[in-house]
Amino acid sequence: MAVAKALSTREEVVKERVGLTSNYAAAYAVKTVDVDVIAAYPITPQTTIIEKLAEFVANGEIDAEYIPVESEHSALSAVVGAAATGARVFTATSAQGLEFMHEVLYIASGLRLPIVMAAPGRALSAPISIHGDYQDIMSARDSGWVIMIASSAQEVYDSIIMAYRIAEDNRVLLPVMVSYDGFLMSHTTEPVELYHEEYVRKFTPRNLNRPRLDPRKPMTIGVIASPDWYYEIKYQAINALKESKNVIKETHNEFNKAFGTNYDIVEKYMLDDADYVLITYGGASSGNAKEAARRARERGLRAGVLRLRLFRPFPTDEVVSAIKYSKVVAVVDRALSPGNTYEGPVFNDVVSALYNKGINKPVISVVHGISQRTMLSDDFYNLYKKLDEYAKTGEYPRKTIFIGLRGGEA
Amino acid sequence: MMKQLTWKDLPIGGTVVEPGNARRNLTGSWRTERPVIDQDACIRCRICWMYCPEPAILELKKPYATKAGKRYDLTYEIDYDHCKGCGICAHECPVKAIKMVPEVTG
Ligand code: SF4
Ligand code: SF4
Repeated sequence: MAVAKALSTREEVVKERVGLTSNYAAAYAVKTVDVDVIAAYPITPQTTIIEKLAEFVANGEIDAEYIPVESEHSALSAVVGAAATGARVFTATSAQGLEFMHEVLYIASGLRLPIVMAAPGRALSAPISIHGDYQDIMSARDSGWVIMIASSAQEVYDSIIMAYRIAEDNRVLLPVMVSYDGFLMSHTTEPVELYHEEYVRKFTPRNLNRPRLDPRKPMTIGVIASPDWYYEIKYQAINALKESKNVIKETHNEFNKAFGTNYDIVEKYMLDDADYVLITYGGASSGNAKEAARRARERGLRAGVLRLRLFRPFPTDEVVSAIKYSKVVAVVDRALSPGNTYEGPVFNDVVSALYNKGINKPVISVVHGISQRTMLSDDFYNLYKKLDEYAKTGEYPRKTIFIGLRGGEA
Repeated sequence: MMKQLTWKDLPIGGTVVEPGNARRNLTGSWRTERPVIDQDACIRCRICWMYCPEPAILELKKPYATKAGKRYDLTYEIDYDHCKGCGICAHECPVKAIKMVPEVTG
């Protein structure tokens, strides 16, 4: 019954099914939500998003201002200014560009501006690499943005639509970043179902009920705060980010209802009875990890995958309840936290989530796919076998495992 | 004493929703020395008024006659609620009509 209803919802809302890269899917989502101002600077692997948007604007398909800027710092600054007036804005970046925006990332969240940004993840220099991983996204982790990580072009399209609704919600008023794999997703074509504009517009009504610059009602945005105010204003923002999780879940539910989808802030694959769980994020890793889980199950290992769709705020309760009954968990990071006790950044999040609930279980930190080093399903399958060995011997590694590192670890 | 506002009371994102309320921020308390204008020596050149960063020099439509009998329509006075005591006015005054005197003498 529910499935039948979902199918008919889908039939109603879907306008066409087209082949799109995740970058183009992002551009199409921005087109459908009706933005006012776009400012961006091209950087690999983000460039094709803003090329497409420039084309839409030039052809009159989007009624928006496209501001050509001279850097990413200016791109985010321009949308900060536009968002402060109440405009609906968009920008996109990657890697060094996101680093160059870094200062303004904090300004966007501190000023509580509902900015939406697409950020295909990429390795950071040096050495120079244009290839995909999540190092850039991890370094934006503490900037107070909502960060979602999608795993398919369809999900990129859907997430950006949801992002506007989340960002502009009065209980949130925070910038939202939608990330996904650089190249593996940003530049590969998949079928994407695009929606009729009217349904998307209905789902993302403009909410202007927020502080904004208006000459008829003068106010100041971006003031200096002395030490007796800064702390409190910052706490407002971090509290809003923490509380935003409920709004994000609510938005997911309403999106599912309106568009016949099935999103949650975490994705569970074969988890119900899983002994061995891989926690992953992004596209390629999740696909291959699922395939590995299927193969491991065929050989009698109860394997499962937990994919994080929401990274900030961290879905602590959802992650813990999904892995509570498993024997061993491995967190596969595609980014590094150099000099930390364990070098996998999301591993540290998972461990503190478990600690928060008073759960002590073996969790393994794994790093793989750095600068798009190929992660084969074999690698994940072997990881499941390893987790089984650890469980049998009761001996767990007390350091991060770097899969596929030539020469082995020091 | 004013009731301390908590994070729940502050406008979102620290916006200032009431225009012109910096007037209520009495920066005069920062001062260690205050400028004092010698109205007889002042030639009404307006330089202090231009240079004061606050701005705490008031240009008043207030007639003044000097001891030597010179009459002016304007008088420059200090808004001591907002003068920070930086001394720029005293430094810039071309006739040295402004003296910085200690706020509190020990
Ligand atoms: S001391 Fe500084 S702040 Fe005070 S009146 Fe002179 S210039 Fe203005
Ligand atoms: S700078 Fe000196 S002379 Fe000129 S108006 Fe001010 S006090 Fe008078």
